[in-house]
Amino acid sequence: MSGIVIKNLNVWFDGAEERVNAVKNTNLKIVQGESFGLVGESGSGKSTILRALTGLIPTWSGEMNVTGERLGRHRTRQFYKKVQMVFQDPYAALHPRHSVDQLLSETLRLHGFSNVDRRIEKLLDNVGLGPTFRFRYPHQLSGGQRQRVAIARALAPEPEILLLDEPTSALDVSVQAEILNLLDDLRRAHKLTYLMVSHDLAVVGHMCKRIAVMQMGEIVEIMTIEQMRDLNPQHPYSRHLLESSLGYKRQKEQVPQKP
Amino acid sequence: MSVSGLPSGNHPKWRSWLLTDTPTSRHHARIASLYQGWLSFRSNPMAMFGLVILLMMGLIAVFAPLLAPHDPFVQDLSNRLAPLGADDHLLGTDSLGRDILSRLIYGARITLYIVILVALIAPVAGLFVGTVAGYAGGWIDTILMRITDIFLAFPRLVLALAFVAALGAGIENAVIAISLTAWPPYARIARAETLTIRKSDYISAVKLQGAGPFRIITRHIWPLCISSLIVRVTLDMAGIILAAAGLGFLGLGAQPPSPEWGAMISEGRKFILDHWWVATVPGLAIFLVSLAFNLLGDGLRDVLDPKDSGS
Repeated sequence: MSGIVIKNLNVWFDGAEERVNAVKNTNLKIVQGESFGLVGESGSGKSTILRALTGLIPTWSGEMNVTGERLGRHRTRQFYKKVQMVFQDPYAALHPRHSVDQLLSETLRLHGFSNVDRRIEKLLDNVGLGPTFRFRYPHQLSGGQRQRVAIARALAPEPEILLLDEPTSALDVSVQAEILNLLDDLRRAHKLTYLMVSHDLAVVGHMCKRIAVMQMGEIVEIMTIEQMRDLNPQHPYSRHLLESSLGYKRQKEQVPQKP
Repeated sequence: MSVSGLPSGNHPKWRSWLLTDTPTSRHHARIASLYQGWLSFRSNPMAMFGLVILLMMGLIAVFAPLLAPHDPFVQDLSNRLAPLGADDHLLGTDSLGRDILSRLIYGARITLYIVILVALIAPVAGLFVGTVAGYAGGWIDTILMRITDIFLAFPRLVLALAFVAALGAGIENAVIAISLTAWPPYARIARAETLTIRKSDYISAVKLQGAGPFRIITRHIWPLCISSLIVRVTLDMAGIILAAAGLGFLGLGAQPPSPEWGAMISEGRKFILDHWWVATVPGLAIFLVSLAFNLLGDGLRDVLDPKDSGS
């Protein structure tokens, strides 16, 4: 069964003078239960695809299907029960005046759950936070803890698909690994489908089975993770991206000799 | 915050319960954060000074009949314009022989009444208009903000005068007139705050939970606007008292024989050269209360500003 199918997707932003085409003629198919990565440099339109999927950007054309349902202009609450998103910056994604408890209980109530108290405890437990974190405010949490809270919020409606918008790029390296392992465990435990955006090939390599490389709003290549590990991409841009992610390669220097 | 500077170790039990980092229930968490806000407010002596003055004024207004040495309306023409410290009249008497101290004490009721009503109406109206305009954007924003601009373009007292003239003199109409002229700045502040908030990730995140615009505005945008509005309100209180006094002074607010402070100044003006205290004493009362509100506003800004909290 197909999780997400995108056909001929165009997304644009209407600027003051001209329209900016952020995503052009994109086709994508993500199987249910799969973990799929979208990579590319900043501004290549990766996050824009996620935002168009969730309905945060209204200016798009083409066709988007999620679990067999075609998406229209407006997203229903039913849709948000299936698809949730984790944002890039955990410092911006939590309301500064709402405690963890307020945040999660509001989310749970919006989705019509009863026994909110028990569910909050369970959610916090799922993301590796103890009950002591329940009444903390965001400013009392570290970046990694905030991202865990944000993940708990995304898990609250018990979604099938999780959209991850560079979930670790704002965190330092040791915390990154923790969050990635947590996401991996959660995917297995809850049979989730991941669509993950990143510019970090190592992160995507850790998490995903297939990746799509984007450049200037277009998908230039879709490859499996093995192809990536074998350094065997077809498209020159993918190769360039891969090489630059390997770090600075010391070239045999040819020191110009002074005559 | 200065909380960390407190001596630790020998706190009574309720104290450590209030200062805990790990509250055990929703209720506990709310009380603890209130208490910690109070501690940081208390460390500001000027703000405490303002608060004490206002609390005293509130008590004076409530217990006016017990505190006032005389009936504020009883005239004694044989003892008119008695000076400060005269027998039985600590602050003297006015042109009709009424005890100025008693009139001041009863006048506190009217002043508080005006201030509280305006403080309830104007910021709420402004908050509503501003957040709706800022969040909705587009033509709703344009219409609401042009209306706001029209109100802002008039000098405040002149507009209030026009409203009172149209509605008729009296305290209630003065309150309505002042509120009508006071809301546009709040709308501006609320809109500016909303514009910075509405594109943020945490608003997007709650949209992704299926929340509608009404919930987003009231639950997520209002709490972030309210702190800057409260500060602005307390700073405006002085202006509101003065506007009410100004209307009273012009004979368009409280009507005689009501002991409204502005009206008292207006009456005393006729004798200001020979009997200066008749106008000066209510003027000092207005000054003191305005100052108290300003100091309180300064202290509240330190406690409430979300940009500072968390450090």
